[in-house]
Amino acid sequence: MKNEWPLWEIFIRSKSGLSHKHVGSLHATDAEMALENARDLYTRRNEGVSLWVVESKHITASDPNDSDPLFEPAKDKIYRHPTFYNVPDEVTHM
Amino acid sequence: MKNYLLQLADNALILGHRLGEWCGHAPEMELDIALTNIALDLTGQARSLYQRVAELEGIGPDGTSKTEDDYAYLRDAWEFRNTLLVEQPNGDFAHTIVRQFIFDTYNYYMCRALTQSKDEWLAGFAVKSLKEITYQLRFSSEWMQRLGDGTEVSHAKMQAAIEELWTYSGELTTPNEMEKEMASKGIGVDLTNIKREVDIKMTEILAASNLTAPADTWMQTGGKDGKHSEHMGFILAEMQFLQRAYPGQEW
Repeated sequence: MKNEWPLWEIFIRSKSGLSHKHVGSLHATDAEMALENARDLYTRRNEGVSLWVVESKHITASDPNDSDPLFEPAKDKIYRHPTFYNVPDEVTHM
Repeated sequence: MKNYLLQLADNALILGHRLGEWCGHAPEMELDIALTNIALDLTGQARSLYQRVAELEGIGPDGTSKTEDDYAYLRDAWEFRNTLLVEQPNGDFAHTIVRQFIFDTYNYYMCRALTQSKDEWLAGFAVKSLKEITYQLRFSSEWMQRLGDGTEVSHAKMQAAIEELWTYSGELTTPNEMEKEMASKGIGVDLTNIKREVDIKMTEILAASNLTAPADTWMQTGGKDGKHSEHMGFILAEMQFLQRAYPGQEW
């Protein structure tokens, strides 16, 4: 399959004010085509207001073997969560 | 008025049907979705127009009224007013892209002018459709450049498609009697006005795609007046089979 088109990762902002979220990946030969394919594959049902496409090879992922040193230390530090505050009723989107 | 709407609708329906034929056969899964997406946009436009024609037709002397399906499924080839271009076979992917680009360029400038129609419904329809058509033109323009200015093979295929399909490009911007009348009333688009813009856009994209349009081509016409190529019967045979074999069937 060496002629396969490059893989792209797709990120969608579902509405203004929210951040882009990864929704999946697709094949395209260039960035413009990736945007158009993303528009057709991932926004057909009104899913978003903005698209980002990034060629998958540009993404550096953490090594699953490193998950203990990377993520384990955060598990017992509950004081890092802002759960000890009382949120006033008028505050939305929390 | 009804015939003008039918002509717009028939172009959209037949081209939509042709693009739908790619479903499950496109070179890439992503393109499969892209082409059928455009097909659905076009079919949607055709439906709005047929529904409007049925509404204008009202209740006939026999007390029944028509539906959109009557126009799509129960007319014969000579009653269809689509241009010859849209009924041309898909051919290879290059043919499909060239056919789409030629139509989209016309359709974009036509639809943009149509937003100024004195007919309120038609102007509203044009405003809504223009968004879809703008995207369609962007899609096909980019593919023109990608393939025309791509590899030696893709360039050769695109150039061959242009030479084969160019003869059908003139009909789009050549008004027939009905279109002239509708333009003079301010309801339809004056095609002689948009021809300049269409030509400029075509030239621009062809140059960017490293492709050349054949000079002095004799332009085929007739589709708008119901004189179709042999392909039209085959399209209708497939599209209308169910309603013809099982009248009134629903699913």
